[in-house]
Amino acid sequence: MIKVQREDFDVGAELAAMSRDRENVGAVASFMGLVRDVAGPGELSAMTLEHYPGMTERQLQRLEAEALARWPLDRVLIIHRHGRLLPGDRIVLCAATASHREAAFEACAFLMDWLKTKAPFWKREEIDGKSSWVAARQDDEDAAARWQTDEQSG
Amino acid sequence: MKVLYFAWRRDRVGLSEECVEPPVDVATVGELIAWLAQRSPGHGEAFADPAIVRCAINQDYAKADARFSAGDEVAFFPPVTGG
Repeated sequence: MIKVQREDFDVGAELAAMSRDRENVGAVASFMGLVRDVAGPGELSAMTLEHYPGMTERQLQRLEAEALARWPLDRVLIIHRHGRLLPGDRIVLCAATASHREAAFEACAFLMDWLKTKAPFWKREEIDGKSSWVAARQDDEDAAARWQTDEQSG
Repeated sequence: MKVLYFAWRRDRVGLSEECVEPPVDVATVGELIAWLAQRSPGHGEAFADPAIVRCAINQDYAKADARFSAGDEVAFFPPVTGG
């Protein structure tokens, strides 16, 4: 399931819903990303996430389908927020359920690595009244590259 | 055709979207970038470094050699930074 939304989400309720009435599920792995305070104490800092409505949902659905095809999973959940967020706010939740933990852990790592390089979101940081766009990181590209299959390279 | 701009690429161009009619010999994403870059100083700045231009045709990623057609929605944006 994919959710792209401005509002916050209830992590406990979302994770509980994933395994409700699913007796074959023995593992729920999840990752949650939060806004870090990059400014330091005393300086107001905020982050605004812009996205490309339509393409975001399309790319996240593709990501969900790819995870379900690669691992023996029961369900996948991706929730990503947009709009203006403050330090400590939740940005993203990825979760995967499976019979066993290996598939759930791996799928969760895959979802985050691909999301970071493929989902059309852009962060703008506000520090001390000035706002600037966050630059993309090569580390994220490298992390996503490890999931590349032969047919996708080139 | 409709062209969309996001994040700092939109700030440089000064528009979030525009309708353009490129000449017939502009058929690929790479050619469109070169043509759009001539439209204004802001466009020129937005497309100054083609290596960091990301493009989508009808909401799917497209590389510089991808071809587009007249009714397509083409979007240009910087490398993504979500998550």
